[in-house]
Amino acid sequence: MAEVKRGYVRPLDLKHGRVDLTHGSGGRSMVQLISELFAKHLGNEYLGQGNDGAVLPAPTINGRAGRLVMSTDCHVVSPLFFPGGDIGCLSVHGTVNDVAVMGATPLYLAAGFVLEEGFPLADLARIVESMAHAATDAGVPVVTGDTKVVERGKGDGVFITTTGVGVVPDGLNLGGSLARPGDVIIVSGSMGDHGVAIMSRRENLSFDAPIESDTAALNGLIAAMLATGAGLRCLRDPTRGGLAATLNEIAGHSGVGMMLYEKAIPVKPVVAAACEFLGLDPLYVANEGKLVVICNALDAELVLNAMRAHPLGREACFIGDVIADDHHFVQLTTAFGGKRIVDWLAGDQLPRIC
Amino acid sequence: MKYIDEFRDGELAKNLAASIRAEVEPGRSYSFMEFCGGHTHAISRYGLSDLLPPAVHMVHGPGCPVCVLPIGRVDLAIDLALNHGVILCTYGDTLRVPASDGLSLMKAKARGGDIRMVYSTIDALQVARDNPAREVVFFAIGFETTTPPTAVAIQQAEAGGLKNFSVLCCHVLTPSAISNILESPEVRQWGTVPLDGFIGPAHVSTVIGSRPYEFFAEEYRKPVVIAGFEPLDVMQAILMLVRQVNEGRAEVENEFSRAVSRDGNLKAQDRVAEVFELRREFEWRGLSVVPYSALKIRQKYATFDAERRFKLDYRSVPDNKACECGAILRGVKRPQDCKIFGTVCTPENPIGSCMVSSEGACAAHYSYGRYKDMH
Repeated sequence: MAEVKRGYVRPLDLKHGRVDLTHGSGGRSMVQLISELFAKHLGNEYLGQGNDGAVLPAPTINGRAGRLVMSTDCHVVSPLFFPGGDIGCLSVHGTVNDVAVMGATPLYLAAGFVLEEGFPLADLARIVESMAHAATDAGVPVVTGDTKVVERGKGDGVFITTTGVGVVPDGLNLGGSLARPGDVIIVSGSMGDHGVAIMSRRENLSFDAPIESDTAALNGLIAAMLATGAGLRCLRDPTRGGLAATLNEIAGHSGVGMMLYEKAIPVKPVVAAACEFLGLDPLYVANEGKLVVICNALDAELVLNAMRAHPLGREACFIGDVIADDHHFVQLTTAFGGKRIVDWLAGDQLPRIC
Repeated sequence: MKYIDEFRDGELAKNLAASIRAEVEPGRSYSFMEFCGGHTHAISRYGLSDLLPPAVHMVHGPGCPVCVLPIGRVDLAIDLALNHGVILCTYGDTLRVPASDGLSLMKAKARGGDIRMVYSTIDALQVARDNPAREVVFFAIGFETTTPPTAVAIQQAEAGGLKNFSVLCCHVLTPSAISNILESPEVRQWGTVPLDGFIGPAHVSTVIGSRPYEFFAEEYRKPVVIAGFEPLDVMQAILMLVRQVNEGRAEVENEFSRAVSRDGNLKAQDRVAEVFELRREFEWRGLSVVPYSALKIRQKYATFDAERRFKLDYRSVPDNKACECGAILRGVKRPQDCKIFGTVCTPENPIGSCMVSSEGACAAHYSYGRYKDMH
């Protein structure tokens, strides 16, 4: 018996179709875009209910009630596709990491899309698929979302905002104000990979560098570190402004200074070379899958071993010390033998990297 | 990184520092001006002054293209973008230079000016090709290093029949700036700026060669050592200068022989001479009006001259009264001597141009060295 057609529905043209204003206007086209693209790839029991909001069980951790951690992140990266990733997986990793660095287990994501009229549906499908993969890999489902369309010229293809919710057990407190003189500073791997990967594909700047973005979800690595019971003070993912911005933030919040050792800071030769000819400093270049750790010096080995046992922390290393300094300077002992400040970034080293 | 790491080696630096310490004569003070912002940046970024004995003082010079750009010139560029509807292409450094009415190119962009950052003149030409219905102006700044690419761009525009491309030429000349400093009363008459020698420019010298400095060495009895921009280059140059001073010599020596010859890049010089001629005078920030210190586009290429095409009139605008950029650019004051340094004037909110570029003396000291003022 021939299969009966399911009504007169013309499927989305995911090969040649483009986003138009009807995809955001609340009509049939919008519903179709959501069901054939977003729900298809991101689907899970909560999203599948199609309600205005997701009703979620009260979070527990190790069988006990915990505290909620919530974080949100807008993604406007240009170009949308770059070596090692795209805006889709980036928007998952960015928010999962922001929740995880608080010591929390990330549980759910919400995603808001601003689409520009004329954007190819094929590209949108690639982005959503990549997002779905990233969410599955991280074990954090997208449980609710929203889509809007703006006129051509009012956006730049796709902007994605994601919000994440996680749960952190009582008694575990990590934060930027908890660094103390005597603590040590550790990073999980090489600095500046993401920013240089993005730069290498910029329209007016493209160069051939065999470098991929490090974009990755860090919740697994962080869980392994927390499991050691080590005296962690603060975790951060050094995104915009790079290592320099992250450490200046922590130094300011904690009221301490820092002393870094240039020779100890891992930078891939290709990243160093690209920064050299572009006049950039790798310490200010963004990362999307790296972790900065401030921890009690006595537990440094324990933390480093746990990190090195995880694929995302294999190259973890010690890079500096937290010191007492009323001016909260982040200083660097240069490989050359002198000293200098690693200041906040002034201006914009590189716009729209995440 | 090959060819780079060799010039940043900490062990070699220690050896050089020991040699400098050993050769500095007791009771004698050595003041050397590094003309170039590139050297200023290297000194601050690598913490080089920590390795020098107290008797050696480095004085920052005016060789930062963005720093010497006067307000009036930035005003012209902003006028082009806001009132003439052009696409203004500019190197990134120039975007934040303060201009009149609290504006900068960055702020003019936010007000709707079509201002685009480019990495080279090639990008600017491409913007012109991609926008045939728009006028595209390249804001050409810099010393002899950036002048040849501008010359080539103008010639390429002519050859390609690119009718919508022009250049706002603000190219300046290194030797004129050095003369101006050596002729200044602070150096010549009053002796308030002791100058025992110069570290000569790296990239500029690859183009103009070492010959132009011979005049300064001879006429003003000041040693010049041309040096690369890597920290070991600078250390080596300081050692060579100390030796010249000790031996009473005033010669041009070339530490950067891996890139600089006596005659320089003749091909580049020819291109520059074909397209540009000397301006009778040009206003610099800090050095005020300096005769024959800059270039303008020759009559033959007048159609590519934005000043002629848009009938622009240069108007001199005085710097903010509290700003000491002028004195700092002449080596008369240090950044930390300026009342508004780090308080009113910061990299986020620069009042003077020296706080803008990473090569500027104030930005370098603020970003890398200000902790020394506080401990």
